[in-house]
Amino acid sequence: MRSGVIAKKMGMTRLFQADGRHVPVTVLQLDNCQVVSVREAERDGYTAVQLGAGTAKAKNVSKPVRGHFAKNEVEPKLRVAEFRVDEEALLPVGATLTADHFVAGQIVDVTGQTQGKGFAGAMKRHGFGGLRATHGVSISHRSHGSTGQRQDPGKVFKNKKMAGHMGDRQRTQQNLEVVRTDANRGLIFIKGSVPGHKGAWLIINDAMKVPLHADAPIPGGLRRNADETATEDAPAGMIEDAAVHEAATGPTDAEIEAAAAAAPAEEASKSDENSGDDAKKEG
Amino acid sequence: MNLIETLEAEAIESITSDKKLPDFKAGDTLRVGVKVVEGDRTRIQNYEGVCIARTNRGMGSSFTVRKISFGEGVERVFPLYSPNVDSVTVLKRGIVRRAKLYYLRGLTGKRARIAEKRDDREKNTIKAEKQEAAEAAES
Repeated sequence: MRSGVIAKKMGMTRLFQADGRHVPVTVLQLDNCQVVSVREAERDGYTAVQLGAGTAKAKNVSKPVRGHFAKNEVEPKLRVAEFRVDEEALLPVGATLTADHFVAGQIVDVTGQTQGKGFAGAMKRHGFGGLRATHGVSISHRSHGSTGQRQDPGKVFKNKKMAGHMGDRQRTQQNLEVVRTDANRGLIFIKGSVPGHKGAWLIINDAMKVPLHADAPIPGGLRRNADETATEDAPAGMIEDAAVHEAATGPTDAEIEAAAAAAPAEEASKSDENSGDDAKKEG
Repeated sequence: MNLIETLEAEAIESITSDKKLPDFKAGDTLRVGVKVVEGDRTRIQNYEGVCIARTNRGMGSSFTVRKISFGEGVERVFPLYSPNVDSVTVLKRGIVRRAKLYYLRGLTGKRARIAEKRDDREKNTIKAEKQEAAEAAES
């Protein structure tokens, strides 16, 4: 088990693949992501690294916490998190993690605090259908309707879906793909969306449910081994080749001809139409 | 400029460095060279029609081209910076008073025409560009 990283959500954009398909991506930035302290089996009973990210003003950090940073000779951090790691994946205190910690094509899990929606009704919060627009419904078009039965059981069951606070909860998005990294600027491009608003701190871990990518560096992509882990950059606006997946291709001309020869004439014309449609969609 | 804008500007610059995209807007008649993959080889297929809409959203910019193909209206949306868009040529500049020409969908034949813009200045610049290109080719 390797360490994850703490990253900041910068926003979303779009990259292209060489074959013209586009990939919606979220851009995450590593902002001074450093090892603050280490937990060792001998002393603490388990192995983990404590990472910190961002730069906090010393005056805004309480004295005990400042002491913790000072002891390990690390600048005060805005966000600190602990990652359980294997013995051999322990990182030295003060090491700075780079974006090459992840490689293109790798699957990761991203944890963060979702965007808060405030007090939301049952329609928005749980996808209820609401009440009718007409037929005597008054004022309560977006209400949740009945919440229970009659005298028996005579109560509303616990966990009944109702209106209430929505969002602003910790959520993990699993199995997202890293499609590009930029070690110079500390950027990680992840396919799809991740929890949280822009500027939110997120925790990126190797995917829990997928084996670790073969090229992922162990114990991690650090500044001191930057040359070893460095990967070639794809042209701006494109994803890296390692993250390209083959498109589901339609039948080739030869296959269509073979099918046409095998099937009766009627079906042959049909299969031709279908292949034409496929080509349009892919284009 | 924030990071996302910087990244998009870099991407757009790297894409427009190998292919020049002309200035065009809704109402212009365009010829779009589209890369088509056929088995192992790729070729350029031209798609010609009227640009009825343009969306300007950085890397997400796109344009819609409408044409009548065998009596059936066909619309294609092209991402402006897609690697599949090989080239865009402006064939005609049209005079229109809207940014989105969705009203053309309900019109056919003579009613669906768009008046052509006659702008000598533009013509001259195109001529000058052509001349420059010719000179460049000669040298």
